[in-house]
Amino acid sequence: MADTLTLGHRNFTSRLLTGTGKFASNEQIRPMLSASGSEIITVALRRVDLQASPQDNILTHIPDHVTLLPNTSGARTAEEAVRIARIAREAGCGDFIKIEVITDMQYLLPDNHETLKAAEILAKDDFIVLPYVMPDITISRQLYDAGAAAVMPLGSPIGSNRGLEMKPMIQRIIDTSRLPVIVDAGIGRPSQAAEAMEMGTDAVLVNTAIATARDPVQAGKAFSLAVTAGRMAYQAGMAGSSRRARASSPLTGFLQE
Amino acid sequence: MSFSTLADAYQSFDFSACFHSVHASEVRNVLDRAGSQAPLDTRDLLTLLSPAAQDFLEPMAQIAKNLTCQHFGKTISLYAPMYISDFCCNHCTYCGFNANTRFPRTRLTLEQIDREARAIADTGIRHILILTGEAPKKTPLSYLEDMCRIMTRYFSSIALEIYPMTETEYRGLKQAGADSLTVYQEVYDKSIYKAVHPKGPKSDYTFRLLTPERGAAAGFRAVNIGPLFGLGDPASEAFMAGLHARYLEQTYPHVEISLSLPRMTRAGGAISPRHLLSDRQFVQTLLAWRLFMPRLGITLSTRESAAFRDQLIHLGVTRYSAGSRTDVGGYHVHTTGTTVQFEVTDTRSVNEVAAMIRHSGYQPVFKDWEIF
Repeated sequence: MADTLTLGHRNFTSRLLTGTGKFASNEQIRPMLSASGSEIITVALRRVDLQASPQDNILTHIPDHVTLLPNTSGARTAEEAVRIARIAREAGCGDFIKIEVITDMQYLLPDNHETLKAAEILAKDDFIVLPYVMPDITISRQLYDAGAAAVMPLGSPIGSNRGLEMKPMIQRIIDTSRLPVIVDAGIGRPSQAAEAMEMGTDAVLVNTAIATARDPVQAGKAFSLAVTAGRMAYQAGMAGSSRRARASSPLTGFLQE
Repeated sequence: MSFSTLADAYQSFDFSACFHSVHASEVRNVLDRAGSQAPLDTRDLLTLLSPAAQDFLEPMAQIAKNLTCQHFGKTISLYAPMYISDFCCNHCTYCGFNANTRFPRTRLTLEQIDREARAIADTGIRHILILTGEAPKKTPLSYLEDMCRIMTRYFSSIALEIYPMTETEYRGLKQAGADSLTVYQEVYDKSIYKAVHPKGPKSDYTFRLLTPERGAAAGFRAVNIGPLFGLGDPASEAFMAGLHARYLEQTYPHVEISLSLPRMTRAGGAISPRHLLSDRQFVQTLLAWRLFMPRLGITLSTRESAAFRDQLIHLGVTRYSAGSRTDVGGYHVHTTGTTVQFEVTDTRSVNEVAAMIRHSGYQPVFKDWEIF
């Protein structure tokens, strides 16, 4: 059976989600997508200018086969997030929506309370809702009840490249969530993406680390390989670690003969 | 507590002694922590603004570049200023709009504002900064609200650099479509402030100082502040501006805070700068602010030369003005006999500035907000 990521009614082969922000030019997006194999890309609706020239309209740089994941970046309240989501759908960006409600500009940490309110409204509105949240098993359960399609806990603050600072909390979400878990924000290296996937995360979203790399195309490829490796390791059921030696050939095996 | 309490506490602070007491080893220590992304405190900001830190501009620049790239990516946002009135009842000794300066004053009609807005929008710019002198009788709240409603037809972000208002008045302007506020304290040193603002409502130091807080409380999503370099001692003014920005960031966490580094340029009837900010000090200030506040927006106007602006793109600036006209109606209406508030040094078009940004390895961003 194919190992696919299911979000709402859609199946995806790639478990690497990417972003459009922070690139030195929009022209880098298409080759990055090609190299990474990413099938979902997030775009801040606040950056979309439908009247701009093709060069400056970010949407024209995203191939048709890649699913747009508009986000509500800039929203400070649930009401604003809902408004942005509806505008995104009217603008032809599809039914996926990544809810970002941020009220702290210093660390860009999400406001779980407002995010949940927006998720409840948008799920009823038949959006495929992917909420960016502080890692917490309670919000994960509440989002399931609200009809979200996934839960997106942060690994560490947006753009920080600090990796899985929230690892224990994310593990608890993985252990308890009935929703796909997508680690969003903070992943700065392919090894960190692999680490998240080894834990059992269903997918990761990487933007800053790819967009600001010296070679974003090469970086996209590296993350793709890391995500695949991490996923394979998770599925393989890797052995646990121990502080003491474990003999690979048991010394008392002869007693069973 | 407002920032006024904090600002008052520093009025008697001996900045000179403090700056000159800093040793190179302390600068190295601060840079080590900045490089490892440990948070810096106000003592660290003083260290980075000290004469001792001038020998460390290159390592400061390397850290600043990395921090900026990490938080803002390889992008530079663009905006254009639009002057809609040069009537002013203030007597600021450094400004071309000074009430004492005799020239034919202009206030654009709403129809003229529409034409100006369209001309700017045709260049691709989607973020506009609206400026007026301080003349509430000529440019009352109702006029400014009407102006904002016109702007929403053309721009996705409307910033205001107008005379200080009450929180209630700001709420009205936000309702009409404005989303950001720019207000410069000009000079944080109270005695200099008094000397350069001898008459007019702007002579009220504290009312102006607390304007960003009223704007933040009124719900503006972004607030941009800054000193006018050339009035007070540059290093201590840079410190006070950084302190102000940090205070706003912590008190209003939902608001995006930016700083500007305007240097005095020539303007009609204006005094000469008292304290020249050298290019090295300018760069030092920019870098110190970036290391102190990694997520801070830093705005650079066309007061600076094209050659200088081209170099600064790598050092932490996040927002450039482009194709600027600083006279009323300067983009399209071309009213006769107008005067400029300050002289533009980088006279390149929007396209030329965008090309320079691309050539430097960055993406010019024309739209980074939407009034939803």
